[in-house]
Amino acid sequence: MQLSPDQIVFWQYGVFKLNATIAFTWALMLVLAVGSRLITRRLTDDVGPSRWQSLLEIVVTGIEQQIETVGLKDPRRYLDFLGTLFLFVATAALCTIIPGYESPTASLSTTVALALTVFVAVPWFGIRGQGLGGYLRSYMEPTFIMLPFNIISEASRTLALAVRLFGNMMSGAMILAILVTITPFLFPVVMTVLGLLTGLVQAYIFAILAAVYIAAATRARKPDAKGQSEPEQPIATEGLVHG
Amino acid sequence: MLIDWFTVVAQAVNFALLVWLMKRFLYKPILNAIAKRDARVAAVLADADTKRDEAGREREEFDRKNAEFDRERDARSAKVREAASAEGERLLAEARAKADALSVRRQAARRSEARSLHQALARQAQQEVFAIARKALADLATTSLEERICEVFIGRLRELEGEAKDELAKALASDEAPALVRSVAELSSDQRASIQKALDVTFSMEVPLRFETSPDLVSGIELSANGCKLGWSIAEYLRSLAKSVGDLVDEGLESEGSALPTDESALDGVAVDGAAPALPTPAAQKAIADGS
Repeated sequence: MQLSPDQIVFWQYGVFKLNATIAFTWALMLVLAVGSRLITRRLTDDVGPSRWQSLLEIVVTGIEQQIETVGLKDPRRYLDFLGTLFLFVATAALCTIIPGYESPTASLSTTVALALTVFVAVPWFGIRGQGLGGYLRSYMEPTFIMLPFNIISEASRTLALAVRLFGNMMSGAMILAILVTITPFLFPVVMTVLGLLTGLVQAYIFAILAAVYIAAATRARKPDAKGQSEPEQPIATEGLVHG
Repeated sequence: MLIDWFTVVAQAVNFALLVWLMKRFLYKPILNAIAKRDARVAAVLADADTKRDEAGREREEFDRKNAEFDRERDARSAKVREAASAEGERLLAEARAKADALSVRRQAARRSEARSLHQALARQAQQEVFAIARKALADLATTSLEERICEVFIGRLRELEGEAKDELAKALASDEAPALVRSVAELSSDQRASIQKALDVTFSMEVPLRFETSPDLVSGIELSANGCKLGWSIAEYLRSLAKSVGDLVDEGLESEGSALPTDESALDGVAVDGAAPALPTPAAQKAIADGS
């Protein structure tokens, strides 16, 4: 039994290899890009857009609203990154209904890669938002004693992000595989449906957590009226997810 | 090992590429389209607002002009009505005045006509009556009648006294020309002498006389000097009668005229002021009075 699509290698040359993870990622990229291109090729600014355009508009504006809900003031700055994160993970989860498909997000390599992008994006947006000094000072809040804990927190949440997604997606695939061997017909269908739901929830959680981390980094400290400063609390999504 | 670091790097690069692709093909076009639509909707709404404002302004302008037009129309129609009314009054008054004037003229004309007719009739009747009387008396006049008339004249001359006598004496005295004695027929010398004698005796002076014949007298003798007249003739009686008849006619016409109705229709019945018949001169009247 394979735990990860990484283990399905189509071609290898030294360290370079083409495994199922990369291949299905490319396929997903192709589907997303070509699908978007096909739909957005005939965009209209009329009052009555086409159904596909309406769908994409709903998706995009929905993501935008979610980002804004998290507390990011200018959602369009983060839309490219966070939106793509959600769409990629969600599409990867939705495609699990296709026979023979191996979700790239069931590979820890993919989830680690995504978590690493978040790990990079958080300081990137943080520094863009409040400058290098401001961002670095946020590690010493409320006191410099918290510096190591903040660093550990940064690293651990990245790891948690990666493992959470991997665990959920992989487990879904694993459970499905096991159930197929035990009860080949009816039950896997139910589990697949459940897996779709789980996959979408995970996509949402992954994107929202990334947004929360970015939000925490971009608006870490702002002086209030009393001259004191308090870190603004991002919404308590993380606790819920961990729970 | 669950983590394949080459795959990790590759997936990170793939993800970065996907971010770019999605930005290129999805977010940008969609957001642009939404922004354009919003702008378009905003423009349409703004345009609609502008048009609504404009329509409102135009409606207000229209209402204002309408009200102004109504006011002007009312004012003009009132003025026209007033002018028409005034003109109507004027025309009516003018017509009434013309009608009144015409009526008065017609009335006057009818009165005048009626009067003329009455006068003509009265005169005609009078003349006819007196012509007949005169002719009858003239036919009856004979020498003996003339003589008798002469006697009556002389007798009256002798009987003359008082104021009439004084006036006649004064007239005879003041007149340089001989006193005129008129008669219908030629007086005989005896008659002339008798008259001369009677005058001389009556007035105690010699009165120069000249004698003329006058058929107008019908029958009678008349003495006239310096405006005073004394005589006896049937013509005088006839004149007196004519005067009486004329007075009667006049009175009748006056009473009819005073009873005249003012309306036009009643005028057809016509009554005119009294027609004045030929009146005797004052001297004749006096002579008549004296003679009678």
